[in-house]
Amino acid sequence: MKKRIYWELFSTFFKIGLFTFGGGYAMIPIIEDICSEKKHWITHEDMMNVTIVAESTPGPVAINCSTFVGYRQAGISGAVAATLGVVLPSFLVIYAISMFLDHFLEITLVANAFRGIQIAVGLLIFNAAIRMVKLMEKSAFSWTVFACAFVAMVLIDLFALNFSSIAMLLIAAVVGILFYLLGNLRKGGRKA
Amino acid sequence: MIYLDLFLGFLRVGCFAFGGSYGAIPLIRDVVLSYGWLTEDSLTNMIAVSESTPGPIMVNLATYVGSRQGGILGAILATFAVVLPSFVIILLVFAALKAVWAHPVTQAALGGLTPCIIGIVLATGLTMILSNLSGAGGVVGWREAALTVVLAAVLFGAKPLFKRSVSPIALILLAAVLGVVVYGF
Repeated sequence: MKKRIYWELFSTFFKIGLFTFGGGYAMIPIIEDICSEKKHWITHEDMMNVTIVAESTPGPVAINCSTFVGYRQAGISGAVAATLGVVLPSFLVIYAISMFLDHFLEITLVANAFRGIQIAVGLLIFNAAIRMVKLMEKSAFSWTVFACAFVAMVLIDLFALNFSSIAMLLIAAVVGILFYLLGNLRKGGRKA
Repeated sequence: MIYLDLFLGFLRVGCFAFGGSYGAIPLIRDVVLSYGWLTEDSLTNMIAVSESTPGPIMVNLATYVGSRQGGILGAILATFAVVLPSFVIILLVFAALKAVWAHPVTQAALGGLTPCIIGIVLATGLTMILSNLSGAGGVVGWREAALTVVLAAVLFGAKPLFKRSVSPIALILLAAVLGVVVYGF
């Protein structure tokens, strides 16, 4: 009985992982349909909850959701089974691709196709950023952090500076906390 | 020690990959370029391949880089490292630390992180578009400029004109066909 649930989690998430291209948000409706409508592993409310938390934790939302559903069904081992299942298909596909991509790119026709594709990738990243800006909280603080990060990153790229994006993120987190504490202090000051 | 480097490099990516699939791209770019694991061109190629294959981009890139640098073991380690933080954090949040996550200070830190990563992704996209514009010899190439304009028109014009957005895979396929035509003749 117990072994069966691990296998079911693994195989279900394997299928989800296999058929979601691009990953990320594309997976959410599929996970929801299978895990709450068909299998009744998780309620709609829980699914909503985990999506919201997943948005503010690191990593792809799809992975966070599968970990959570697995955990709910069968504890830590269930979480491992579901996460392994969702990651394995892309792992196998990309591993296979990594073996022959270089030879593939030596073909002139393919190389030409990829010169066009590189231009599309830049546009897709730009487009993703625009979508993220639209969803961003529209406060003066958010806009300021956003603008500083943008300008800093452009300068880093332009002058090939040695400054990691992770350092920038850490600074932003600290600034966020300081801004919050400062706000509290002011509020406290007004009350007194 | 390449295995340790792969593990730690992608663990760092996994820990800070806020903001969905595209949020992780600048971080991976940082790590991969600073170690010299991939060139800018092969990274861009691989982002396109990742968009057209199953699974999150971040996981795909980790598998690819790991495999190229350290074979099957490298691929497993890099993939494991990039997934581990999200796995652990989501379990911690739901099993024990829901209060910590909801705490105003944690939320304040996230309030700084989120706009920062958006700024970084926007800058990455723009600099990629601009650097792609240069043809042979560093000046703006007419082929590159034409492709950029056409693809941008399709990507950004589809929604207002036809009320349908173009999927990344469709845009990549179109770009491949146009690339073959423009650079082949």
